[in-house]
Amino acid sequence: MNSVPNTFREPGRAGRVGPRVTPSPGPTRERHPRERRRRIQSTTVAAFVFAAPLIAYLVVFYAYPLYRNVELSLHDYTPRAFVQGNPDFVGMANFVDVLSSNTFGPAVRNTILFTLISIVAQFAIGLALAVFFRTHFRLSGLLRALFLIPWLLPLIVSASTWSWMLNSENGIINAFLGAFGIGQINWLTSPEWALVSVIIANIWLGIPFNLVILYSGLQTISDDMYEAAALDGANAWQKFRRITFPLLRPVSTITLLLGLVYTLKVVDVIWIMTTGGPGNASTTLAIWSYRRAFGTGQPDFSEAAAVGNLLIIMALVGGFVYLYLQRRQENA
Amino acid sequence: MNRAPKPRHVLGAAGTTALCLVAISACTSTDDNSGDGDTASSDTYTWWDPYPQHEESSEWEQRVDACGDEAGVTIDRTAYDTTALTNQALLAAQEGTAPDIILLDNPAVSTLAETGMLTTMEEFGFDTSDIDENLLAAGVVGGQAYGIPIGANTLALYYNQDILDDAGVDPASVTDWESLTAALEQVVDAGHQGITFAGIGTEEGSFQFLPWFWGAGADLRELDSAEAVDALELWTGWLDDGYAPNSVITNSQNTVWEEFLTGDFAFAENGTWQVNSAAEEADFPTGVIQLPARDGGVAQTPTGGEFITAPVQDDPARYEVTAQIVECMTTPEGMVETATTFAYYIPPTAEGQDALLDENAELEPWVEAVRNAKGRTSDDLGTDYPLISEALWTAVQNALSGSMSAQEALEQAQADAEAETG
Repeated sequence: MNSVPNTFREPGRAGRVGPRVTPSPGPTRERHPRERRRRIQSTTVAAFVFAAPLIAYLVVFYAYPLYRNVELSLHDYTPRAFVQGNPDFVGMANFVDVLSSNTFGPAVRNTILFTLISIVAQFAIGLALAVFFRTHFRLSGLLRALFLIPWLLPLIVSASTWSWMLNSENGIINAFLGAFGIGQINWLTSPEWALVSVIIANIWLGIPFNLVILYSGLQTISDDMYEAAALDGANAWQKFRRITFPLLRPVSTITLLLGLVYTLKVVDVIWIMTTGGPGNASTTLAIWSYRRAFGTGQPDFSEAAAVGNLLIIMALVGGFVYLYLQRRQENA
Repeated sequence: MNRAPKPRHVLGAAGTTALCLVAISACTSTDDNSGDGDTASSDTYTWWDPYPQHEESSEWEQRVDACGDEAGVTIDRTAYDTTALTNQALLAAQEGTAPDIILLDNPAVSTLAETGMLTTMEEFGFDTSDIDENLLAAGVVGGQAYGIPIGANTLALYYNQDILDDAGVDPASVTDWESLTAALEQVVDAGHQGITFAGIGTEEGSFQFLPWFWGAGADLRELDSAEAVDALELWTGWLDDGYAPNSVITNSQNTVWEEFLTGDFAFAENGTWQVNSAAEEADFPTGVIQLPARDGGVAQTPTGGEFITAPVQDDPARYEVTAQIVECMTTPEGMVETATTFAYYIPPTAEGQDALLDENAELEPWVEAVRNAKGRTSDDLGTDYPLISEALWTAVQNALSGSMSAQEALEQAQADAEAETG
């Protein structure tokens, strides 16, 4: 743990820290063995006491909800059983119901398309913008701040705005396309376009996150590298390909992992824009889970939790892939 | 970049993963219920209703408070969105913190009654025999009434007089589907928009489709009957011919009304609750006709409206005051007052309806419509209704968006509904 203090730098000053003063080790004196033992005991207790709030927090807010989710999915929680607290244990029946449902296939397909296209596009655009903003120019700060707006707006506002803009008859996007002679596209109401529409909106929402993380990642790449490359006659593309991209890899992988987890569980944007419709055309697993639990007059918490658990597993797989890549990189 | 010690990295990543994952399961954990349920003291009674549009200091809140004053207690009112209210009620009941009174959307009453969280009106000593049977039906489970309708509303067809005049359509000529479609054609030929309705993928979508579904003679137990297909084809036909805009697929009833208020549409399917808005906010003359059945006559429309219900309490001493509050809301005068406060709500008893008509004769068509309306959970559907309804609105969405034919969509809906209801 000795490396920990080094990582705590004062935020705004990280750049101009002079030679670091290593804290001088305190006067060490030989202690009596018994005194040392007591000392160890009391530090163990102290360590536990200090960790206790965190442990309690983790149990209450992380372990219990996870346990509860699994418990919900293994029982048959009808509204009656939910209130009375006496659900039947049904084992994997909820999962079987979910897997054999008509909605399952489309929902998985939509989830994969939604997630992959969203994170790839968000990452690509975020990276392009980050590289673009690396060269400072007049008003670049202002422009960069403007790109953060999607992040700052409440989702209900941005998603409603998107659904107005994409309205079939009165939306500005169709009006704009109409000016070029393109006929009416039913963005939110046709099965072909509904998923595309929510993906577009979601990409727009996710760009700032990618931009910020990748931009800060770029700050850690020393200018010397680029100067050396320039001296060797590297062009812009080679600099990006040989310096930026490889050195950004650790930041990139964590950005993609977070993107994966955030995107898998998106409900609000899709729900506000299409409620997963028309039919199931834009229903992802997260939407499906939400709809089963809260979208109808007859809540089915068990199936909703079963779908939620599938999502957790998908995200976990993503996490393990990340760990594997991380380890391989370190061993390389 | 220094290579970080391995264990820390692994932990960090695992921690991040866990952190993000748990957010998913948040959907099943207890939401905050504003603490209203458990702060109940002996002279504060909690009240939940689905009218977030009526804020504090609104006429409605004053009306609720007045009933509390009459019973000598303070009423602490919390408003939720309709769907959220059912979920909040279930969570509160599970925690044993249910409010004293809940105003419930009528199809939700059987679902909550089935959980055992509601008291029967008989236990409270209320006589429900005066109430119109078709309106009370939604609150009756196993022969017991679990609530009293505080008012009812239903759907009809609003029209824009200016547009009909311009197109030369006489609203009185619209008596069946054929004449309605002919009127739409005339309107569209005259350069206007035809009709707008709500086909959204929620309960509202089913609510708006039911008059056509029932008007064709279809039955909710048989979603794929020829009559049902007819009804759905009526809607898809309007979209295909351009008589209705494509956006009806995502329209909520509010959106429908906003579209109608633009003055572009000849017809809009909407409810009693817009009577005031039609009179005051529309800058064109409006009128109302009953929704036509396929072969003429008036289609049966679904009843809307809320029931006043009293959840089971740990402390039975509270029931006495609760009963006084319910009483205050359900006397004939009380119901007329509620009706006018809501601009408009039709009282569920003949006495109340007559009293309302004495003051507002122009509501006659709505009183008539409510008397003919049918509860969504009737025909012994009860708690099966929400499941069937979900299958139905999905079929409507699939057919309107063109991803399936009306026949295919309804066949799938019937299969889904059968699988869900067992």
